[in-house]
Amino acid sequence: MSLPPYASPLERAWHVTLWAIAVLVLGFLILPILVIVPLSFSSGSFLSFPLPGLSLRWYHELLGSERWLSSLRNSVIVAFASTILATVLGTLAALGLQRAKFPGSSLVLALLISPMVVPLVIVAVGVYFFYAPFGLTGSLVGLTLAHTALASPFVVITVSATLQGFDTNLSRAAASLGAGPTLAFFRITLPLILPGVVSGALFAFVTSFDEVVVALFLTGPQDRTLPRQMFDGIRENISPIIAAAATLLIVLSVALMTVMEALRRRSERLRGLR
Amino acid sequence: MTAPTVPRDSSLQASSGGLKAELRRTQRRRKLEAVALVAPLFLFLAVFFLAPIAAMLFRSLDNSELPSAMPRTAEVLRAWDGAGLPPEPVFATFASELAAGQKARNLAGVAKRLTYELPNMRSALFATARALPEQPDGTWQKTLTGANAVWGEPATWAVMRRAAAPFTPLYLLAAVDREMDANGNIVSVAPDRAIYVDIFIRTFWIAIVVTVVCLFLGYPLAYKLASLPPRIANLLMILVLLPFWTSILVRTGAWVVLLQREGPINETLQTLGLITEPLQLVYNRVGVYVAMVHILLPFMILPLYSVMKGISPAYVRAATSLGATPFTAFRRVYLPQTVPGIGAGGLLVFILGVGYYITPALVGGAGDQMVSYFVAFFTNQTINWGMAAALGSVLLVATLVLYWIYAKLVGVDGMKMG
Repeated sequence: MSLPPYASPLERAWHVTLWAIAVLVLGFLILPILVIVPLSFSSGSFLSFPLPGLSLRWYHELLGSERWLSSLRNSVIVAFASTILATVLGTLAALGLQRAKFPGSSLVLALLISPMVVPLVIVAVGVYFFYAPFGLTGSLVGLTLAHTALASPFVVITVSATLQGFDTNLSRAAASLGAGPTLAFFRITLPLILPGVVSGALFAFVTSFDEVVVALFLTGPQDRTLPRQMFDGIRENISPIIAAAATLLIVLSVALMTVMEALRRRSERLRGLR
Repeated sequence: MTAPTVPRDSSLQASSGGLKAELRRTQRRRKLEAVALVAPLFLFLAVFFLAPIAAMLFRSLDNSELPSAMPRTAEVLRAWDGAGLPPEPVFATFASELAAGQKARNLAGVAKRLTYELPNMRSALFATARALPEQPDGTWQKTLTGANAVWGEPATWAVMRRAAAPFTPLYLLAAVDREMDANGNIVSVAPDRAIYVDIFIRTFWIAIVVTVVCLFLGYPLAYKLASLPPRIANLLMILVLLPFWTSILVRTGAWVVLLQREGPINETLQTLGLITEPLQLVYNRVGVYVAMVHILLPFMILPLYSVMKGISPAYVRAATSLGATPFTAFRRVYLPQTVPGIGAGGLLVFILGVGYYITPALVGGAGDQMVSYFVAFFTNQTINWGMAAALGSVLLVATLVLYWIYAKLVGVDGMKMG
């Protein structure tokens, strides 16, 4: 945005200052993440600049390590399982909340969203004690159940937001043409709210894939997840192998963000056309 | 064209009840459908999320150590009025269950429970159990007191009586640096043991500082982004969203690398000649503030940006055209309209910040740990589950109060991300 020619010197100064602040804050947000990338290609074993030379040795080490690979495998399994569960349960709940107000529905909504705000350590300690008698600690099943609970609010929120822009006359029209509720849902409603469902699922995936506090309590040495492996690595002995793992995770977040942006633009475009 | 299918519950047949009854029936059915759709997630959360938390809250009142190991002693202690020393039957029951417990080796829980209130009770209990004869030497009171003098003190028996109750306020009181004296009055603990109130103050202080810094960094950026043409704003927004989507561990790890003694920040400052010795930037409060602000800043920017985008520039233009200076127009016209965004972002950052565990654990020192750290510490290290649950309960209540304020001010469905 440029200033009009009649702007006073004070306004010009303010304009420049604002730009400077914005650039600095954006730099603060993005630079720490970018700094870690070149360090992962270091040929030395210290995380400092200047790099002694470039190499892929830390990626070789990362991808050759059974510990890292098994933790990645565990994370992927838990994240997929809890994403599916959270997406199905969350989408159904969002549809229900939109269908009709029922007694206590706002309290129910507050409870459905509460996993987002309860401090993670409280969830972790709670499920640690509660799941233990059922043999759900030290297993991926317990972690999946806890992650599903933590991820479901994101699905409820994104699908509810999409449903607000959904024209219910469309499913009425389907019903009047003889479609049963199930057919109408899969042929009419679901395709239209799919962007919301997908972005909710992505949020759910990231929530589980990133979650470390509950994982610290619920997983043993056998079933450690990727974030837990990162946590131990950062705490005990931070080496370029962490930078390599971090770089791969950054690539993953760029991919996820790109999908989210595409979905958002698509829904904005559709809304613009209407 | 085929003939239209007849609706299954034709409204023609329901003419006896009239249209009103039909409408009521439909509305009731819709409500039932809504409940049926919400029920699976609600039940799932009730079992796998709410019940564990409720059980944890309950554990902060749990007092089952003595009653489970010595059920009859607990019974007679509860019947005793608590004045002075208990009568002989209490001593006799305790002695027999102590001997039985020594044989069954199940006294550890009782010893631990008593030690929370009287530090030397562990050794006293085990020494007495080992020295206990088969038959009393006169009365059991005399025998027990002979074995260990603590059994002759009313204070010991006051603690025993409290340990026999079904529930105890011990842990919740300890979480706010209070305890019960021998007479059952609630008093402050000795200053050298009063640590938890300080930890809560430290937790809230860190969350407040992080929130305020996020506001001061996030507001100008959101303002700038909101005033740019959408094409450029969307491009710059990627720089806000990428950190938002990046793993917390990646970001925390990045800060450990950046802030360490040989890290890029210290190196740069030394190269520029601004410092001669590397600064200690990590494993202290500076590291905690920097990393937490970095992680929580997007949660401030996103609500601010969405509120600011909805503010028409016409208001500020109108104010300026009526003679307001740009500063006055901003303060009197623009700023008040962004208050909902400030409230939403500020509360969100504060709620998330208060519960932080991972970041302080990785970039903070011993004096920078927040309540969450101590909840984990008591669960894993010292196995004092009552204390872990009590600290967790206080933290949870504080969070829920903030959540309630947030829900009133912003509405829970206003909690949108991205």
